[in-house]
Amino acid sequence: MASTAIIPTRMVLNQLKNRLKTARRGHKLLKDKRDELMRQFMDVIKQNKELRVKVENGLTAAFGSLQVASSIMSPEILEQSLLYPRQSVELDIRYRNIMSVDVPEYSFRTKSNDPSEIYPYGFAQTSGELDDALEQMAAVFEDMLKLAEVEKTMQLLAEEIEKTRRRVNALEYSTIPELEKNIKYITMKLEENENSTKVRLMKVKDMVLQKAHNYS
Amino acid sequence: MYKIAVIGRPETVIGFKALGLETFSAADAAEACEALDFLTEEGSQYAIIYIEESFAEKLCKNIERYKDSPTPAIIVIPGRDGSTGMGLSALNSAVERAVGINILDKE
Repeated sequence: MASTAIIPTRMVLNQLKNRLKTARRGHKLLKDKRDELMRQFMDVIKQNKELRVKVENGLTAAFGSLQVASSIMSPEILEQSLLYPRQSVELDIRYRNIMSVDVPEYSFRTKSNDPSEIYPYGFAQTSGELDDALEQMAAVFEDMLKLAEVEKTMQLLAEEIEKTRRRVNALEYSTIPELEKNIKYITMKLEENENSTKVRLMKVKDMVLQKAHNYS
Repeated sequence: MYKIAVIGRPETVIGFKALGLETFSAADAAEACEALDFLTEEGSQYAIIYIEESFAEKLCKNIERYKDSPTPAIIVIPGRDGSTGMGLSALNSAVERAVGINILDKE
């Protein structure tokens, strides 16, 4: 018990009372923070789940088409036709602040705006299936980017929630009860001291009076 | 300006190459690990790294390290053989971490 280490004086009592006040306020604030983070987190999870399913289905379909294309074309030609991409993607990150957590927001820019730039080959030697596969890929890509954003957001929020939850619990179940206990201990100790002083004074008064007037 | 990278088997990444992403093909987990290390080096320009599930499984520890930093975002994508559900299990573990218990299974 920590109460053995504290000195029962009024100064310590005041200090403890102030600390308790701060702890209570911090607890309330952190609890609000946790609740709000949780609300945001739930939204993000829902989004993430939807996107994850969408991306996985889209990619599986695209890979399927690619498989078909690669079975129609010879592997050399397939590799050759995709060897040097014409399109390139650049990424911009901005940070958004959710309850003091910086979460990234991606926006991408392609080198050229022409959507047909994803086909880095001539159409003469390649099969139409390859075009389909790439088109499907391109369609999934935007969702993939969104997924990256949402998933990162989710991870960062999860970390922050974990931290906040720990703090709230530490305050609620450890810090605040301990402070309360110590305050109680000091108040009782002070009262005790006061009582004993009072009794002593009364005793002394009796003795003094007896001496002065020779009361029996 | 940041870039996006894809790590996976050659036949997986080939399609992404055409989209203009930077691709790193790897034959096995060790090569993928090398690629990942290269991509996450200090001062690296790669903000999003997509990695194929079959490699991600074996590189869990390396990926975990970047979970709490804002960049890079390492996202698992299904490989050619379809999804193994690893993406969704990552979601569940994040929920468990935040809430303490998994509240998604009840739905």
